[in-house]
Amino acid sequence: MTRAEGKRLRAGVAFTSLWIVGLAVFTAYPVAASLFYSFCDYSILKAPVWCGLENYRQLAQDELFWKSLRNTLFYAGLSVPLGTAVALGLAVLLNCEVGGRSLFRLLFFMPSIVPVVASAMLWLWIFNGKYGLMNGFLDLFLSPFGLHGPAWLADPSWSKPALVIMSLWGTGNAVVIYLAGLQNVPAELYEAAEIDGASAWRRFIHVTLPAIAPVVAFNAIMALIGAMQLFAQAYIMSEAANGNGNASDGNPARSTLFYTIYLFSTAFQDLRMGYASAMAYVLFLITAALTWMAAQFSRGRYEDSP
Amino acid sequence: MGLAARFSRIWSKNARLPLSPLSAPWSKPAEENRPAAPKAKPPEPPLRLSPRHKACLPLLLAAALPAGAAQAVHVTYWEKWVGFEAQADQAVIDRFNRSQDRIVVDYSSVSHTDRKTLVATAGGDPPDIAGLNEQNIATFADAEALLPLDDFIRRDGMTNTEWLSRYYPVYARICSHAGHVYAGISTPKVMALYWNKTLFREAGLDPDRPPRTLAEFDDYSRRLTKRDPATGRLTQVGFLPQDPGWWPWIFCSWFGGKLFDEQRVTFASDPRNVAAYDWIQSFTRDYGLDNVKVLSSEFGPWASPSAPFFTGRIAMVFQGVFYDNYIHQYKPGLDYGVGPWPEAVPGVTDFAMAEADVLVIPRGARHVREAWEFIKYVNSANPDARTRDELRGAELLDYLQVKNSPLRVWSPFFAEHNLHPHIAMMRRLSASPNVVSAPDLGIWQEYYREVISSFDRVRLLDATPREAMAFSQSRLEKSWERYRRSLERHGQWAALGETAP
Repeated sequence: MTRAEGKRLRAGVAFTSLWIVGLAVFTAYPVAASLFYSFCDYSILKAPVWCGLENYRQLAQDELFWKSLRNTLFYAGLSVPLGTAVALGLAVLLNCEVGGRSLFRLLFFMPSIVPVVASAMLWLWIFNGKYGLMNGFLDLFLSPFGLHGPAWLADPSWSKPALVIMSLWGTGNAVVIYLAGLQNVPAELYEAAEIDGASAWRRFIHVTLPAIAPVVAFNAIMALIGAMQLFAQAYIMSEAANGNGNASDGNPARSTLFYTIYLFSTAFQDLRMGYASAMAYVLFLITAALTWMAAQFSRGRYEDSP
Repeated sequence: MGLAARFSRIWSKNARLPLSPLSAPWSKPAEENRPAAPKAKPPEPPLRLSPRHKACLPLLLAAALPAGAAQAVHVTYWEKWVGFEAQADQAVIDRFNRSQDRIVVDYSSVSHTDRKTLVATAGGDPPDIAGLNEQNIATFADAEALLPLDDFIRRDGMTNTEWLSRYYPVYARICSHAGHVYAGISTPKVMALYWNKTLFREAGLDPDRPPRTLAEFDDYSRRLTKRDPATGRLTQVGFLPQDPGWWPWIFCSWFGGKLFDEQRVTFASDPRNVAAYDWIQSFTRDYGLDNVKVLSSEFGPWASPSAPFFTGRIAMVFQGVFYDNYIHQYKPGLDYGVGPWPEAVPGVTDFAMAEADVLVIPRGARHVREAWEFIKYVNSANPDARTRDELRGAELLDYLQVKNSPLRVWSPFFAEHNLHPHIAMMRRLSASPNVVSAPDLGIWQEYYREVISSFDRVRLLDATPREAMAFSQSRLEKSWERYRRSLERHGQWAALGETAP
């Protein structure tokens, strides 16, 4: 390293030192400490006692760990593909040359900036079994057959689908990213396809999708990571719709007991910080593995595409 | 009448001065409650100070302050309440602050007080006093987050037994854990049967005679249930176990069951608990699961005009002493009665459930002595009070919140002028030998969640009571074993094990 380079390095470190300290104190240390605590019997108030792999062994035998994981994967398995399809569909529509396009973009983006608590309270009413808009709409079709819409958040069979439907409301961020991707597709590709007689659908399948495949992959991976960490909506809505005080247990009947909700109640109600740390690390590994798989899958797709 | 107006009425009743219906007198300094001057003076010209005078001002102000005020210790108090309960808390604090010049209690409304107290305690900067739920006591105490109050009690010349004997036994149990006193009571609650007299009359029942036995309760419930003749859908039910659904464990105790016995979890192994959950499931079977879902989907939050008891959808509920406040706010004029839980076990009369919000001193608090002085004030009363102004501590707080006092001795004013129309019944239930509270267990949070899970599965016909409860019990047995092992690791089991329930 030359003297000038050393000087630049020192200046660079000096300018980023605040950020480095912040990262070390507020991110790196908690992450490292959490890894240590995951091997300890630790309640936050007493000194941690090393217990080796006990927390991880207990996790493997914990029915609620598996239940919360199944609930989370169910939600992710439905919300990520549906969310991707809806966001992409909206982006394609908003990319068309129609009047009031800017207004539509604004309208579809707005829900994604509504605070999660406000949107949860709103959707609580939409999913109200008796007075909710959702059942008001469904009953138009169901009532002639003597049927009624479900109780949604108060029904264990419908509580997770309700949260999936709600998640589609907040796809505005993904729509904006898809729009940017769509506008970067070279126009000459569409022209060539049109000259070859390709229909709109075939142009979408053979031109648009391959061209924006990296954007789709990025959005899907981000959505997957977000879905694995679902917390606030489920926490607020399951309690508000089912009463049960301050139980934080994914009511009704643990149908919305998602992984992070179980982690939270383990940590802050049962004071089992060591166990919760182990849960956090397992979630990290699961999310990393799923992300890697999604990346491999999508890479294969768009790199093979013509 | 809204809560603010109702509590202004409470404050103003028997008071010397009439108050505006919407004023919150307890939030004002005492001077503001004095009679106003007949006519305001014209405004005086603004005071003008020379630069030299301005420089001297801080010194003059310091000299003007009384010696006591300069030395007053500020005690931080975190409490969950906002609204009228917070106003009542503040009124008591104001009176305490005025009663001496050494301590000033600073009240802060803090949401999720338990979690924030926990984190603040771990961080070494807790409040001096935290308002927790009773269910937190065992968990927090076992985690060494709370300071036992035993030494303070002893220094004040009492034994723990003497101190606790001032409370009704159920509240004394709530304050203690593992042989130590960890808490004082701030807001006592006792849960009783509330019934809608109008619906009783419509069903041909005597509105002044609540069901006295479980068989009568079931019979009344059937007679109070109505269906739409065309669709068969429920339009009204006598009783629905999930409303409000906060204490699903209480049905076990009501049926005579135990949740924990001799160091063992007995949720599923005590047949009386299983019988209770069979009874809960019988409601869904009788009404029909789909009918229950349709009916309950229209229920609004319990503290709203669309709560099912207020809309007449449910005729009987088990609710707390505080429910009267909400009836006045959301369904004024509702004709209702309050009584003990019907006899589920022959001979067990005046059964009820009690719980409380509590005041504790987190470990690491800076002003523990002063914090204790305030807790002591809130857990004492003037037994001779004959006017509202003579009320002190617990009675002042409970009078303003329209609740019962946790103390055995009630002053004449508190007993006779309490604005709760059923306060005598609440007192009778508080004193009952058959009033129960949640088990004093370090794993109660987990236990409670398991009970709710079983309760949900049972009422939704997702499992038989035996299956659901056996699943929960197997989890709880592991939890208790792990908890015991953890206490052993930290060297606490030897001390706690002997006193564990």
